[in-house]
Amino acid sequence: MLDVGRHPNIELMAYSELDALEGEAGAFKATVRKKVRYVDEAKCTGCGACAEACPTPVPDRYNEGHAERKAIYSWFAQGIPSTHAIDTEYCRVMNGKKCGICQKKCEAGAIDFEQKEEILSLDVGAVIVATGYDVFDPSKMPEYRYTVLDNVVTAMEFERFLSASGPTEGHIYRPSDLKLKAERADLAKKAAKSMKMLKKIEDKHGQSSKDFFESFDMDTADDDQKKWAAKYEAYLEVAKPLARLEEKLAGTGTAKKLAFIQCVGSRDLRFYPFCSGYCCMHSIKEAIIAHEHDNETNSVIFGMDIRAVGKGFEEYKVRGENKSNIRYKRSRVAEIVKGDDERPVLIYEDTQDQVVKKEDFDLVILATACAPVKGTSKIAGILDIEMDQYGFFKTQAQQPLDTSKPGIFVCGCAHSPMDIPESVAQASSAAARAVQAVLQAPALKVS
Amino acid sequence: MSKETLAFYEEPRIGVFVCDCGSNIAGHLDCSQVAEYAETLPHVVYVKENLYTCSESGIVEIQKGIKDHNLNRVVVASCSPRTHHPLFSSSCAEAGLNPYLFEMVNIRDQCSWVHMGKRDNATHKAKELVRMGVAKSAGLEPQEEIESSLIRKILVIGGGVAGMSAAQALAGMNLEVILVEKSSQYGGLLRQVNTLDTGEDALESVQALAGEISTQEHIKGYLSSEVRDVSGYIGNYDVRINTPDGEVADKVGCIVVATGAVSLIPEGLFEYDGKQVVSMMELEQQLKHNDLSAKRVVFIQCAGARNEQREYCSRICCMMAVKNAMLIKEKYPLTDVQVLYRDMQMYGTHKEQMLWNARGMGVRFHVYDPADPPRVAGGNVSFYQSVTNEEVSLETDLTVLSTPLVPRSDAGTIANMLRVPTDQNGFFLEAHAKLRPLDFAADGIFVCGSGRYPATSVEAKTQGIGVASRVAAILFKDKLVKSAIVAKIHPESCVGCMACLSMCPYEAISYNPELRVCEINEILCKGCGNCAATCPSHSAELKGYKAEQLLAQIGAL
Repeated sequence: MLDVGRHPNIELMAYSELDALEGEAGAFKATVRKKVRYVDEAKCTGCGACAEACPTPVPDRYNEGHAERKAIYSWFAQGIPSTHAIDTEYCRVMNGKKCGICQKKCEAGAIDFEQKEEILSLDVGAVIVATGYDVFDPSKMPEYRYTVLDNVVTAMEFERFLSASGPTEGHIYRPSDLKLKAERADLAKKAAKSMKMLKKIEDKHGQSSKDFFESFDMDTADDDQKKWAAKYEAYLEVAKPLARLEEKLAGTGTAKKLAFIQCVGSRDLRFYPFCSGYCCMHSIKEAIIAHEHDNETNSVIFGMDIRAVGKGFEEYKVRGENKSNIRYKRSRVAEIVKGDDERPVLIYEDTQDQVVKKEDFDLVILATACAPVKGTSKIAGILDIEMDQYGFFKTQAQQPLDTSKPGIFVCGCAHSPMDIPESVAQASSAAARAVQAVLQAPALKVS
Repeated sequence: MSKETLAFYEEPRIGVFVCDCGSNIAGHLDCSQVAEYAETLPHVVYVKENLYTCSESGIVEIQKGIKDHNLNRVVVASCSPRTHHPLFSSSCAEAGLNPYLFEMVNIRDQCSWVHMGKRDNATHKAKELVRMGVAKSAGLEPQEEIESSLIRKILVIGGGVAGMSAAQALAGMNLEVILVEKSSQYGGLLRQVNTLDTGEDALESVQALAGEISTQEHIKGYLSSEVRDVSGYIGNYDVRINTPDGEVADKVGCIVVATGAVSLIPEGLFEYDGKQVVSMMELEQQLKHNDLSAKRVVFIQCAGARNEQREYCSRICCMMAVKNAMLIKEKYPLTDVQVLYRDMQMYGTHKEQMLWNARGMGVRFHVYDPADPPRVAGGNVSFYQSVTNEEVSLETDLTVLSTPLVPRSDAGTIANMLRVPTDQNGFFLEAHAKLRPLDFAADGIFVCGSGRYPATSVEAKTQGIGVASRVAAILFKDKLVKSAIVAKIHPESCVGCMACLSMCPYEAISYNPELRVCEINEILCKGCGNCAATCPSHSAELKGYKAEQLLAQIGAL
């Protein structure tokens, strides 16, 4: 990313979209809409002072909603460019409220609430489509109860949990426990506030609230005493559930027994018939990293086939089994139901033992399919190129990078699901095809 | 004399620029204190605290400082050199200061970030780091960037689909190509194959490509030829090729390895006899010549693969089995076709669709257990089927063994000749498994196709075309310009022990038997410093990181 951002021959236009493309190979005219950041790219140094000061918390989509960011933000640390942007949906100023704290805090003077979107017209010889993919939404599969069970997460959510800079700092807590912890923090805050008020009264009377309340009689009490009692009752209303929560949380630790379910949305005629290619390795990698982080972690990977087909992949898979407590189970998990203590229970046929089994886990990770990006048909329309039967951009085996229109090439998961080395190799190929298209064009009309 | 050359001989005049990075640094340590402290350090004649040193005004401050105060060393105390070193050093160069007289101190990552909330400690550490940086900078020397010529010609070794695609793509970029093929015809492994997974005739497809190659004016092809010797380095290789018309010597700028792989002959596996039990490649030939008489065909996958001896999955054999199973069903619908497998590796869109279609055509798939592999005996294949908990016996007229692609027997020789590594399986080892799949660690040499790892024809073609852009990124430039931060070996003290030689990951060091010393090729050297750290006689040193410079830095702590 850094290399691209710094390359003298690359003009990076992040937060921009292609609106139109006219012309032909060697002489296209692209209309690019530069969206409004409300932050001046030339001035912003990416220091983050604005985000620190911004009072508006927003669910952080980069962390799959398991953390919060601010209404002024960069998508993730080390992102290129580091220029921040304002989320107009949440920003107080954008919603007609008084704020502008970021503007005051920005010492570079980069915040510009009056910024307008720019329409650019670019002369280009070739176009490379590298629009990637979307992750399949598992809530479409009712049998896995993704929206109902807290402790069923997607591989991408789990990826964030495993990240040292993620919402759990690399520790694998169950989302249900995280919910309780958030609840506890909330109650503890209320209890502390309430306790602070009581402390003042206690100091005044030289008696603990507990002792006072035990001898408190509503009928004989004066107004002051009644107020004290009411405040203490309010405190107990918070303190009791807090104590219960503490007790409940005392018994929880990190998730140690993990289940990975493969082909969630892939190889499934209801959704995507194709194999997403990378998910088996992704699950193995996540299971190995989870084990590296905590040696007591055990993982079961449920799949129809474990497709470890890249260079060094089979060896990696075997190593996971031998050294990282991974078991591979040939099975298509039928259903996930709720078990005791928020533990998801998997119902599956063990094809080796010829029996249907029920097994509970701390956490279930769904290896969701690589789906064509939502905007594929729109992009196909703008570029006037064809899509294939699966919803990706169409190419021919003889010219694996060429779309149906000369001068427009495709690589990566916009082409079809694939892993990193394949994407990188394809990207180089698409670049080569683009160079050829530019060199071979009769005359590049540059305005 | 210009300042660039003079700077070293002058008394150091050091300018220190301390960056607040808004509040990113200044919020967690006292930058003003650090700046004040810097003023007290030896040779420091100018100090400036900036809100953002990387902003336009910050850069102007550095350049103004160099001019107004006649600075001959610049130290910036700010963020990570990974992101900002190039910006600051090139800004120094713009102001007439040799860019190698710039030193950077990271007080963000190493102070304000890691010691957040401990303001005094972070400030103290920042001062110490600045003191070290200043001490090192005083001993810095001006360096000249290394330039080298580039020959705009490429040697492609191997005329299979990967090599031909690479040659064609390179020629399409108006680059000259020498294509060397060992056998008498282009096409490689695909010449043995009947059809591709896309339904095309394999031979026709490679012949079409070979036809285009032979008419391409930029490509000079040598059939029945072998590369005998390669010397030199990126931009300037001398190559010798044995051709039927004698030896040809030429010079090239880059080399592409596209030597492919061969299919394992299953000697000793599953009662292989080449008649009733055949290899996949033998089946391809039977299908090609329409002489398949078997009425019952059983495929056994992973024959000789994914075992202790050969741990890897060969990637393409499942696809080949499904392709051929379907072809048999199309041509001979009444033939019974069964596939015994461990995992059907039909990744992606098209291959998974083939698997669906094959099932629809009546091809039967059975899982077998590698711990209890199928037994082949006298027209019968038996195996344990775990789904039914039964021993299953299949009558068969033809058993087809899906054997893996294995490295060519001469892969090691080629690797030695080019001084590139191979992996534990004997395939060529790329620079980075994920991010640099087509490069070798040594600059100027690239890899594509099944020589790297088994690939389908489409994948081999894609990699071949991909290599072309890797090469073009080098050869489209006027000359090769690289950082002056390289190692140097002093011949007067080198004893020729060759300890450095084995430590160099880039094959940049060679032994000169006449002088009995090791020598560095500056073009290949990446400045990692392994040799300097290894050399027992301290003869190897890394420019910009010489022992006295580092000792000055450490001594200041």
